[in-house]
Amino acid sequence: MTETSSQPVPQKAKANLFQQLELDMRLLGMIGAFIILCIGFNIVTDGRFLTPRNLFNLSIQTVSVAIMACGMVFIIVMRHIDLSVGALLATTSAVMAMTQTELLPNVLGMGLNHPATWAITLVVGLVVGTLIGAFHGWMVGYLTIPAFIVTLGGFLVWRNVAWYMTDGQTIGPLDSTFLMFGGTNGTLGTTVSLLFGLAATAIAIWALWSGRRSKAAHGFPVKPVWAETTLAGIIGIAIMGYVLIVNSYAIPTRRLERMFEARGETMPEGLIVGYGIPISVLILILVAVTLTVVARKTRFGRYIFATGGNPDAAELSGINTRMMTVKIFALMGFLCALSAVVASARLANHSNDIGTLDELRVIAAAVIGGTALSGGIGTIYGAILGALIMQALQSGMAMVGVDAPFQNIVVGTVLVLAVYIDIVYRKRLGAK
Amino acid sequence: MMQAQETQNQASGRGSGQPPLVEMRDISISFGGIKAVDHVSVDLYPGEVVGLLGHNGAGKSTLIKVLSGAYQMDHGEILIDGKKVEINNPRDARANNIETIYQTLALADNLDASSNLFLGREMVTPFGLVNDAAMEAECRKIMAQLNPNFQKFNDPVSALSGGQRQSVAIARAVYFNARILIMDEPTAALGPHETQMVADLIQQLKAQGIGIFLIDHDVHAVMELCDRASVMKNGQLVGTVDIPDVTDDDLLSMIILGKKPGEKTE
Repeated sequence: MTETSSQPVPQKAKANLFQQLELDMRLLGMIGAFIILCIGFNIVTDGRFLTPRNLFNLSIQTVSVAIMACGMVFIIVMRHIDLSVGALLATTSAVMAMTQTELLPNVLGMGLNHPATWAITLVVGLVVGTLIGAFHGWMVGYLTIPAFIVTLGGFLVWRNVAWYMTDGQTIGPLDSTFLMFGGTNGTLGTTVSLLFGLAATAIAIWALWSGRRSKAAHGFPVKPVWAETTLAGIIGIAIMGYVLIVNSYAIPTRRLERMFEARGETMPEGLIVGYGIPISVLILILVAVTLTVVARKTRFGRYIFATGGNPDAAELSGINTRMMTVKIFALMGFLCALSAVVASARLANHSNDIGTLDELRVIAAAVIGGTALSGGIGTIYGAILGALIMQALQSGMAMVGVDAPFQNIVVGTVLVLAVYIDIVYRKRLGAK
Repeated sequence: MMQAQETQNQASGRGSGQPPLVEMRDISISFGGIKAVDHVSVDLYPGEVVGLLGHNGAGKSTLIKVLSGAYQMDHGEILIDGKKVEINNPRDARANNIETIYQTLALADNLDASSNLFLGREMVTPFGLVNDAAMEAECRKIMAQLNPNFQKFNDPVSALSGGQRQSVAIARAVYFNARILIMDEPTAALGPHETQMVADLIQQLKAQGIGIFLIDHDVHAVMELCDRASVMKNGQLVGTVDIPDVTDDDLLSMIILGKKPGEKTE
């Protein structure tokens, strides 16, 4: 009531450039770290890191962990944890592999590469993932077993259910349409990618503008126009930059020849075709945008954050926190299955060790991305950036030729360091 | 004891034939064999402030959590406007226009003021998305009435002072047309200035015909703010008295000795 807030309000000159942009400093820090990392590796590898080819590969390698990290943000925000995501990925991957190689051909008599195979497989995998996740959530929410224990148990159970289902064997080859979700085998092509990039930029600018308009309609303070324009410019450059990079990654000539042969045509001499945006990256973008809207603009998302901030308050506000728990774990299961699609399609088979250690990568990505383990704080884009930073670190070190043990030592150290920097930053800000 | 209380209410002419706003009849609730509330009856009329007094663990907070839907009673019934109602969870309580300001304030620290104000009752756009701008506008309106100095609308409530947090919690209770307001030690964490603000607010709300249950340790606060007081000890109701008829010492002896003024051993 008293306090400093009694000064006549607005129009106080904001000194800092970043404050005027109203950008999250932490986001800028992460983007900065990512850029420094990329440039650093590029120098050490004599320009091999920042090539269209490597950036294309980096993005498709990140997708699987990044999709799960999005769900992990919600889990951690609600003060839970999920240690079973890698194992759940393995089980759903095994289910889908068995569905398309055993169940559909041998039981339903659908031949190899039947046009419905991929769709049925996808539905089966996603349903199984969602049900297992919901079951975890039910045990956490209604039986009040700590999530740590439920998912630690789940980690052992599902890793070995996958093993049992496949007898530990590598299952393949997988359906050819299904493989399109993996990356190199399924891209949008240059024209569609370009259109997609333009549409995405337009939507982003529209979202900024409509947010500003609704603030202005109520007479709330808005950012200066130049700040808004700069922000829109940065977003546009980022989107179109990525599109141009993946468009300029040309499909190897031999591969292109085979593609023409498969269609019974001959390839024109000297033709160069770019890959464009991988379908798996498109899936990640859809997941990220959807979950960001869920987090910020739906009651469900609001309740996730409220429950994480103060479970008692949420309960007293009439929020059914138990059912919420079931839902977020079900969502996590769904995303694990989606990641399993991407991961197994990228590898073109289901192997027994698929998703091993992914639970740790996913949690690390979420935490590096600013999700607080104490709950209530976290962003989807942060988690994706976290996943990207980790993957860049890993593949950069592999390119440089760092020994495998050192790679993991560095990643582990970076995780701890990132969280420490975050703690220092938050203390300085005076926030919790 | 119940009988005595009812006669007393009639004697004071309260409501004159009109049923009480809230009547909690013969409420019992136990936790693991311990009777936290043991056959207690209290009531509340429109425009009236009833204090609930007692030591820590006397059962006053537990009793009131039955009314706010946080606990389910084992035995008893709740009547609103003379009609029996079922309150099984906080949503039921809100549906009956019962609002609660908890001692802990029950704020989600990571959310801003308007998100807390509308928590569980968000305003949505026609597409079903939460309408943050509209909620902030409403939040600004009510805060302008309650606490004109309040400006931190876009910060998480963890960044607010104790008094500011209190005004968010109060705003949440009064914004949704409460008829019955429960205040659990609303001034416990406040300085003298803010305490006075809460006292003024209680007078305003009374004038609007809202019935208030005020839970408090502080006998002086109860003497100042309340029309009646119900005193509890060890889960049982010691008695309900009209504030004008008693002194601070009478209330203290009810709290400490568990005896009504009339029962005083000479």
